[in-house]
Amino acid sequence: MENFSSESVLIIGAGQAGIQVADSLRAEGFTGAITILNDEAHSPYQRPPLSKDYLGPESTAEPLPLRGPGFFAAKDITLLAATAVSVDTEARSVRLSGGTSLDYTHLVFATGAANRALPCPGSDLDGVHELRTLTNARRLHDSLSTARKVVVVGAGFIGLEFAAGARARGLEVTVLEFAPRPMGRALSATASDWFTQRHTGDGIDLRLNEGVAAIHRDGDGLSVESTTGTRYPADLVLYGVGVNPRTELAQAAGLEVENGIVVDSALRASVPGVWAVGDCASFPHRDSGARMRLESVQNATDQGRHAARSIMGDESSYAQTPWFWSTQGAIRLQIAGVSEPGDEPVLLGDPAAGKFSIALLRNGALAAVESVNSPADHIAARKLVDLGLALTTDEISAPGFSFKALAKSLTGIPQPAPA
Amino acid sequence: MPTITFTQPTGEATEVTVEEGTSLMRAAVTNGIEGIVGECGGQAMCATCHVFVRPEFAGQLPEVSDDEDEMLDCTTAERTDSSRLGCQIKMSGELGNIVVDVPSDQV
Ligand SMILES: Cc1cc2nc3c(=O)[nH]c(=O)nc-3n(C[C@H](O)[C@H](O)[C@H](O)COP(=O)(O)OP(=O)(O)OC[C@H]3O[C@@H](n4cnc5c(N)ncnc54)[C@H](O)[C@@H]3O)c2cc1C
Ligand code: FES
Repeated sequence: MENFSSESVLIIGAGQAGIQVADSLRAEGFTGAITILNDEAHSPYQRPPLSKDYLGPESTAEPLPLRGPGFFAAKDITLLAATAVSVDTEARSVRLSGGTSLDYTHLVFATGAANRALPCPGSDLDGVHELRTLTNARRLHDSLSTARKVVVVGAGFIGLEFAAGARARGLEVTVLEFAPRPMGRALSATASDWFTQRHTGDGIDLRLNEGVAAIHRDGDGLSVESTTGTRYPADLVLYGVGVNPRTELAQAAGLEVENGIVVDSALRASVPGVWAVGDCASFPHRDSGARMRLESVQNATDQGRHAARSIMGDESSYAQTPWFWSTQGAIRLQIAGVSEPGDEPVLLGDPAAGKFSIALLRNGALAAVESVNSPADHIAARKLVDLGLALTTDEISAPGFSFKALAKSLTGIPQPAPA
Repeated sequence: MPTITFTQPTGEATEVTVEEGTSLMRAAVTNGIEGIVGECGGQAMCATCHVFVRPEFAGQLPEVSDDEDEMLDCTTAERTDSSRLGCQIKMSGELGNIVVDVPSDQV
């Protein structure tokens, strides 16, 4: 086996993807030096709980770590509290915030994404929150214990997760969404409409086709003025209006950037010795070659694992089936694959009973499946989407059809469990 | 406070003490127990917190919910009668000093 002991890997970003690269490098037998730059004031933590359990009334405000306390020492990985400020890809060196420089054999961008700013007057007022980091979440966590009226700007995943959580705590919640549907870019109309009904039924005042025009200080509290001129009083405002990949550093270093750091199928950037993974990476779709960028834990961890193998010389193409989840109060949404406008939706299950899936067909094959409170469908769908299975509306609508049964029939009879 | 003993496939055992109400997955992750990943942060979405609970403690555990049951069908290491998702087990005094086995494969 090749010896990597003279090589070094420098990872910018100690998030989900960056940590995974380091972990997988060691698991795959990489013996060289590994350094991860952490520009946050906390040890690496998981983001998904920040908009869910973490904001619940019983939460201890301690985040869930990405790895245990002894991990970095045990694996001989250096976690450095520093921000990368510039990269010289010719000299293969990175300058850090403190002024020192670090050389590398392989450089991995795992810089994630940053929230889009709210482009309206008053977005910088006290009481207006964003949510991406633990620092953001701690502030929100503290404010929630005294808040009574909440306005959420943006009915995307984070906005709705937060809205459902705040509602469950008994707060008055209004959600303003510019678009005609919640989660409209990620979800089929059928599923999105179901969420509208469900959240509204739970007492969330969901205002669609209504954007935010300004936020005002109004006595002790705030008021959010919408594009229709309505003013919604609030003592806490949370906005979640999308993210931008953090590509400034890569761009300045001369890497190709186009809605993310452009990488090839091995997750290699446009300059030798440089890689990009997770929220910041724009990668080619395994079949169509079309560029995509995903913001999910699955994407970050699977790309982290793949990049580690690529760095060690494996030339195979990244081809994992994407999957994603969101929990909004008691509702569990799981998505396998990535839908596109124009996909044909086929319903399976009973929306009225709160348990159903929507299959999305494209060119006669199963492209994606959205499952609500139906984990068995989701797990089976991941396999079926992975296989690019040919499927018709009639087959799905036939009595007795289930994703689980189909997946079982295709992957063979399951092994009996050991005693 | 309740304690949990995690036993690795190698036989190595680690005992951790946890606050009431903490999930078994969180206890494992915050204490750096090898082989318990918790990728979804405890939402019964990823099945990377799979553990085998020793039979003598089975009676004290909460029932397996439908969601947990469905997710247990897709663990990486084969499911057995004593399989549970660590994130769905909230520690309480009644569980006493539970002992669980960590599977050899999690992802
Ligand atoms: C509140 C919230 C809830 C979420 N919920 C879900 C969910 O339910 N399901 C799901 O699948 N996904 C969810 N996600 C998305 C998921 O967390 C991300 O897709 C994932 O964290 C991406 O990993 P990453 O490593 O690419 O980026 P990140 O985890 O964001 O890590 C990037 C890190 O790089 C650092 N960095 C950037 N520039 C520099 C620099 N120059 N020097 C040093 N460090 C730098 C950043 O500060 C950050 O710490 C959620 C995200 C948030 C914010
Ligand atoms: S942590 Fe994901 S299923 Fe338990």
